[in-house]
Amino acid sequence: MLERLHGRKKFQLFLGFLIGVGFGFLLDRGGATDFNIIVNQLLLEDFRVLKIIFTAIITGMIGLHVIVKLTPAELQPKPCQWKPIIIGGLIFGVGFAILGLCPGTAAGAMGTGAIHAVFGVIGMLLGAGIFASVYTNMEDFMADSDLGPITIPGSLEVNKWWIILVFSIILAAIMFFLERAGL
Amino acid sequence: MNPFSSELWSPYLVGAGIGILVCLGFLLSNKAIGCSTAYARTSGMAEKFVRGDKVKEKPYYKKFIPEIDWEWMLVLGIVVGALISSLLSGGFRIEMVPQIWEDTFGSSQILRFSGALIGGILLGFGARMAGGCTSGHGISGTSQLSVGSWLAFLFFFIGGIVTAVLIYGGV
Repeated sequence: MLERLHGRKKFQLFLGFLIGVGFGFLLDRGGATDFNIIVNQLLLEDFRVLKIIFTAIITGMIGLHVIVKLTPAELQPKPCQWKPIIIGGLIFGVGFAILGLCPGTAAGAMGTGAIHAVFGVIGMLLGAGIFASVYTNMEDFMADSDLGPITIPGSLEVNKWWIILVFSIILAAIMFFLERAGL
Repeated sequence: MNPFSSELWSPYLVGAGIGILVCLGFLLSNKAIGCSTAYARTSGMAEKFVRGDKVKEKPYYKKFIPEIDWEWMLVLGIVVGALISSLLSGGFRIEMVPQIWEDTFGSSQILRFSGALIGGILLGFGARMAGGCTSGHGISGTSQLSVGSWLAFLFFFIGGIVTAVLIYGGV
């Protein structure tokens, strides 16, 4: 039944849009479409954004693994190309602080009337375009450190439910202490 | 203080809702929520408009075909969803220069727009090099317990925290 649903291309585009509307609505209610809230998170003065992400990870981690268990769906982890991930991640981080928004929240910020976010979106289009142009020169670098789509339970050879339990407890404990510290 | 405060929901409620959307995307569409490939595809579409079909020959655009796909519609949906939310809460307002930026660099719009453009270029480039963004790696990838996504999530925040402290930390 789900496979037939996955095959309905136009309806899938509509579903993508609907899930996006829900995502954008929640990002705005969480404050993540606000430059000041993101920058205060990066300044470690207000942990609202990390609380959202950590709770989303706990919910998503449990939910996705239950779905994989109960349906024919399979996980689709991205390849662990650790060199481009570290360097690209740091470049992303610098842009994250300067724009004060990320690709998803910048789209949301535009919806809330942030004109400066429009320039951020134009910049992201340029940045992605520049990457596409230099990609041929970087293919070796990208492939060089590729460890494949490895997962934490797979690499540690531990039952995934133990990892899910331990990660949920650690993330919940961090949030508990952040609340106690008034952050 | 931030005028949005009264309209903000608990971050735990918002996070749980986003986690449920990640699951719905997987279940209903077999897709992991992510945003940055939509920018790569749009950039390819814009280039195709200017330079014609030869753009499709670029190896990167063979991998990420410049067309409207599920993620592209997701990003469009984010704009609409945030618009609806901010109209309902009364939080919608035209913002040229955000407060913390103004406290640091003054109220020049040109300076803020240039900064946003440069920040955006770095985000777009970095996200494509790392293979995802705060949602694709930071939420969907980490939820799948992907090693690369946890690494990306860590370095997004290391880069972001160090830069933010250097730029805005003196305020």
